[in-house]
This record gives sequence, structure tokens and C-alpha cells, in this order.
Amino acid sequence: MADLLRICTAGSVDDGKSTLIGRLLYDSRSVYEDQLHSVKKASKNRTAGPIDFSLFTDGLRAEREQGITIDVAYRYFATARRKFILADTPGHEQYTRNMATGASTADVAILLVDARHGVRVQSRRHAQIARLLGIHHFVLAVNKMDLMEFDRAVFDGIVDEFRTILPGANLHAIPISALHGDNVITESERTPWFKGQSLLEFLETVEVARDADTKPFRMAVQLVARPTHEFRGYAGQILSGIVHPGDLVTSWPSGRSSKVKRIVTWDGDLDMAKAGQSVTLTLEDELDTSRGDMLTIGDIEVGQRVRADVVWMDERPLDPGRLYLLKHSTRMVTAEVDHGLELNQIGSVTLSLARPIMFDHYSANRFTGSFILIDPTTNFTSGAGMIAEGLHVRGANAAARTGAAERLARLARTAPSDAEAVDAVRRALEELLS
Amino acid sequence: MPETLTEPTTVALSDHLRALEAESVHIMREVVAEFERPVMLYSIGKDSSVLLRLAQKAFYPGPIPFPLLHIDTTYKFREMIEFRDRYVAEIGGRLIVHTNTDAIAEGTQPFKVGTKACCGALKTRGLLDALTAGNYDAAFGGARRDEERSRAKERIFSLRDPNGQWDPKNQRPELWQLLNARIRPGESIRVFPLSNWTEIDVWSYIHAEQIPVVPLYYAKEREMIVRGDMLISTEQPFVPRMPGEKPQLVKCRMRSLGCSPCTGAVRSDADTIPKIIEELVAAKNSERQLRVIDHDQDGSMEMKKREGYF
Ligand SMILES: Nc1nc2c(ncn2[C@@H]2O[C@H](COP(=O)(O)OP(=O)(O)O)[C@@H](O)[C@H]2O)c(=O)[nH]1
Repeated sequence: MADLLRICTAGSVDDGKSTLIGRLLYDSRSVYEDQLHSVKKASKNRTAGPIDFSLFTDGLRAEREQGITIDVAYRYFATARRKFILADTPGHEQYTRNMATGASTADVAILLVDARHGVRVQSRRHAQIARLLGIHHFVLAVNKMDLMEFDRAVFDGIVDEFRTILPGANLHAIPISALHGDNVITESERTPWFKGQSLLEFLETVEVARDADTKPFRMAVQLVARPTHEFRGYAGQILSGIVHPGDLVTSWPSGRSSKVKRIVTWDGDLDMAKAGQSVTLTLEDELDTSRGDMLTIGDIEVGQRVRADVVWMDERPLDPGRLYLLKHSTRMVTAEVDHGLELNQIGSVTLSLARPIMFDHYSANRFTGSFILIDPTTNFTSGAGMIAEGLHVRGANAAARTGAAERLARLARTAPSDAEAVDAVRRALEELLS
Repeated sequence: MPETLTEPTTVALSDHLRALEAESVHIMREVVAEFERPVMLYSIGKDSSVLLRLAQKAFYPGPIPFPLLHIDTTYKFREMIEFRDRYVAEIGGRLIVHTNTDAIAEGTQPFKVGTKACCGALKTRGLLDALTAGNYDAAFGGARRDEERSRAKERIFSLRDPNGQWDPKNQRPELWQLLNARIRPGESIRVFPLSNWTEIDVWSYIHAEQIPVVPLYYAKEREMIVRGDMLISTEQPFVPRMPGEKPQLVKCRMRSLGCSPCTGAVRSDADTIPKIIEELVAAKNSERQLRVIDHDQDGSMEMKKREGYF
């Protein structure tokens, strides 16, 4: 198994999503089994019809009757080529919230439509949410083609319409029958006019841009590890880029820099670490870095006002008269917004923050460009935000000034006595002004 | 330790296991950064073994910064307890063992009160009491989403009310890698760093990392009561025998570990991890089918979770 592909699925009720997922889980397992035992292709009963694959997953209908959550469910399957995590997002009720949740970590979105109904308002909406959440690869699965006699014109019509919804996206459209298995695992003989890959083949081979390594280095500090007096390490997951011992990194918001001394892990020190890895860095110099700070190579935007696309997921509307908690990477700040949003609404919102955050635009970096909004009364995760731009981002000097102010406050707060606080602040000021 | 663990196994971690490992480490660090009194539920099984290794990695070069809590029903397999004491000592873990001694004193056992009441008293009540006694605000568990239907929707941070109960309708959405650690006084969270792992991932990781596990997982000839498809351990004397039933030697292993009277074994020749993995891939049953508890009633895992079980 080479790598991990994260998928989310969306479709309206009865489009056949449970059937399709059931088939993927069931049939991919037989694919996996086959390849593991290097047995001959077991394609014969893969296209057999009578199993009710929707029972194999969940049957959302049953859940709804029982009043159980209509919520994102995660499924796992693997073939010899890849391992898949599939976020199954119910296409009704809380679909905006579910879709946003599923899409936030997905590489690929599978959008399901019923060939008989074509593109409906909800399909359009799903596609747009997935796009907003930064998905670049879409599978348009036109299902129930068996009920339309595998008519090419029906398929083409739906695909053309979809292209207008997702202009410029990588759209891989497949005519399928989830029930009968056409073009799900293997290519179907009933669509001789279709030259593309089956759904599973596409998922196994699609090259998603794993460009996180090629972006500038960013690591949000989760913890400062101080097991002994000699050791001071900054623990975190690398959000993008690559780091080596000897690289000059900057700690924000202070803006102070130091060289990386070691990349420490339980498995031994590393010569290099890249996006996705959880590591502990030690630095040549003491930078007073703590949780919530960001280590970078090069500059990053630092600011207290941002414009963001916000998905509102709470029954209590977003209220410009209230304060919210904003969690961005490992940093929590207080936030105010310029206008409200209702449940399931998506809007462009300007946020003013009590303390600066260090960010990139969401389009450039999913992890440094995203945040959640927490209602401080209920503690519910009420909103999800994608930063579109920083407003009045002051120059690097001003950013450093904000950082310096924070650092002074921290020095004063953490000093064991008043005298030491005064001393620490004086030294820091001298250093700043020199 | 079975031979299989000392076999030279130079299996490199695959990319996807590395990704899962990094994600789990991130989760553990978030908890330690944001909660005051975390604890790790240590059930001695393979998932717990992986959790422990991940905790060692997450806080290296420091020690694991939270205690390990084992809820001992007193009916666990003997080999589990031996393994627990030896392994925890070896890695320098801080172990807390809690037993619902009142219930044991009253003679609670599955064949007297039924499996549901027994689990309720010894596992769920025991767990809730231990969490309250320790005043823990975050408890790590090894549950995976692929285990069971109601787990597929479980969050990584699963919020519990002051009674330790789960409200499936009131879960917070989790986007990106951003975890909401805010709780009110009295509330707590259960944390599942292995949420995105599958059973095969767990075994592959154990194999690649050469993590010791309880030998019960490996096939060997064991004395068992054979009842239809079921293989029942003879460790607890109170397990009733049908007329004429005598223990037989059967080559078998455990797919998941629990209390000996309620954990069925499976006939198997898998005495190495690669063989276990091969067996799993071929298996049509999910591992929890072998635990009697889940069959008490439809959706019983969801019921138990609502009541406070993991
Ligand atoms: N004829 C036909 N029926 C299908 C197909 N896929 C699903 N169905 C049926 O459509 C109905 C809804 O399917 P289901 O998977 O439950 O839909 P969901 O609500 O999207 O999960 C069921 O009766 C399925 O058997 C298909 O490809 N062809």
C-alpha cells in the first residue's frame, strides 16, 4: 500500500450513495484479497446485482427513523495500491456542515447524481462547497445509468451542465450503475462509448497535488518539551514545507530567528523533515517561543484583521454583537465579526482579532489558512473559516512590534518575582532597541 | 515473548502508516497542551499497545506525561495481567488499576447478572468512578472508527457530560486538524487518536515497529470449551458447562481481548503477525462479532456509549 487518499462523497437522498459506497467497500476488499493472494481476477461476481449493498454500509434511512445522528461517517478501505479514507457526508439536513467537514480534509470529492434527475440545486451546492473548501479533483458519478439504458446523450448533458458549475476544475465524469456495478470497479461493457477509467481505477491512480512539501516551511508550536534543563524542544506537526538542521527559522509573532539545531524524534534525529510529519525541533538560540507561536522559513502574514469565507454550522446565528473564540493552528484568540450569518449560510466575513495570528491565504495553504469559530457560551464549533486576505497587514516592522509587545507581556507574566519581571522586560527592551 | 516478536522484521513503515502516526501524535500533543488532567485508558489489547508507542513518540525525549488507567474487572485473561505489569514497568509507565470492588463483593459475574449488567457494573461504572476519582478531564482510548457502526461517526474529541455520557446529537464538527478542546466544568472528553486506523493498520504498525503484544493474539493450542462455533476459555471456574462438555485442546487465538468468559477465540493457525494480517484480510467477520457483548441487542454499542462506556 503506497499512500493515503482522502475522499468525501456527496449526493442527495436516494441518488444511490449508500449503494455505491457499499459496493466500493465490498468489492475493493475482494480486489485486495485477490491481489494479496495473487489469485486470478475475481471480476465475475463483482458485477452481479442481487446483493443489497446499501445494507453493507449503513442505511441512513434506518438511522433517521431511530433518531440517530445524521452525520459524517468515516469508512476505510484499501487496495494493493492505496489506502482510502472516505468521509460519507449525508446529502440532506445539515448538509452544508457535513459537506464542509468531509471536504476539509479530502483530496477528492465524489459527487453523485441520479441520471434520471440530472443536476439538482443540491448537487450544485455540494460542488460549490467542496470547491470552496479547496478540493481540486472531482468525480462526477452519474448513477442509475441502467434506468436510462446507458444513454450517452443523458450522460453528456449532465456532464456539460456540471462543467459550468465547476469551471476549470479537474472533473472526471463516469457513467455508473452502483446497483449493478457498471464502471465502479471494472469498466462496463454496457458503456462502450465511455473511454475513461472506472471509479476505483481513477481513485487508485489520481495524482493529487502533494505540493505541501514545496511550500514554505511552517510549523505551529503545540508544546514546548522541557524534560531536562538542558533540553528545550518545540513539538509540532509540520504544516507545509521542509526543514533541515542548520536552516534559519523565524518564530512568530516575535519575528526572532535562530538556526535549527536538531530534528528530534523517538526514532532518532532526522536530517530532514517535511509536511505532515510530527517532530520536535531544537534551536541554537533561546527564542521564548511557546504554544501558539509559528515557526517559519521566510515571511508569513501576521495580522489582527482578516477577511474570510465562513461556513456557519450553528443553530444560533453568527452575531456581530458577540465575541467568539477563534482557533487557528495552535493559537486561540478572541474575535469579532462585521456581520451575521444563519445556520448553513456561507459568507464573506471580516474578523477583528484581539491578538495577531500568523496565516497564509487558504488557497495557498489549507492548514495555515483555516480556522474554527467557537461559541464561548456553548463551546460549540459554530463556524469554519477560510482566510481570503489579511486586512491592513502592517509591514514586517509593525508585525514584529506586535510580537514584541506580546513577548514583553509574557516575560512579565512568567517571571517568578516582580524584580525579575522588571529585569527581564528591561533586557528585552534593550535588545529590541539596539 | 513469542518468537514472532524477535524475528528480524525489517518492515519499513508505509507512507500511509507514517501519515496516521503523525496525525495521532498531533492529537495527543493537543490534548496534553489543552487539558489539565489527561489519562490514558489502558486495556492491554493491541490498540492500547499502539497508543502507548504513539505516546512515547509524541513526548520524546520526555516521559509519557499522563498515567495509564486500567479498569480491571478481575475477569481478564491471566496472560493480560502478566503482560500489563511487565510491559508497563519496562517502559516506565505510571499505572493506575481500578476495580469496582463493591460489585465484585456482591458476586457480579456475567452468568449471574447477565453480560449487560456485568459490563455495566464492572466496565462502565468502574470506568466512570475511576475517572471521577482521578478528576480527569481527558481520557485517551484506543477505539477505531472501523470497528463498529456507531463508531464510524465518532469524533476524535468526543464530548461527555458530567455523568460521562455521550450525546450523539450534540457532537461538534471537526474540520481540518483543528480540535476544539473547550469544555465546561464537570464535562470531559474521550480522545481517540486511532480514529482513522483500521485493524489491519494496527497490526501492520505493530509488525513494523515490533511492538510487544499479549501472546493470546497468536495461535497456539489452548484448552477451550467448544460450543457450536464458539470457543470459550476455561479460566473462570464459574463458566457453566453443558452436560458432557469437556475442555479440548484447540489451536486458536483471540482477535480482541476482554474478559475471559465473554471473549470468544477463533480457530486459527496464525502464529505470526503476517499470518494474522492475512487471516484478517480474508475474514468476513469484523472483530467485534467475537465479543459477546455487542450482540445483546441491536445497536448495543451505541447504547453503551451513551451510558458512558468508550
Ligand atoms: N436501478 C438502479 N437503482 C439504484 C442504483 N443505485 C441505487 N439504486 C437504488 O436507489 C435506491 C436508493 O439507493 P441508496 O443507495 O439507498 O441511496 P442514498 O439515499 O443515496 O444512500 C435504492 O432502492 C437502490 O437500490 C442504480 O445504479 N440503478
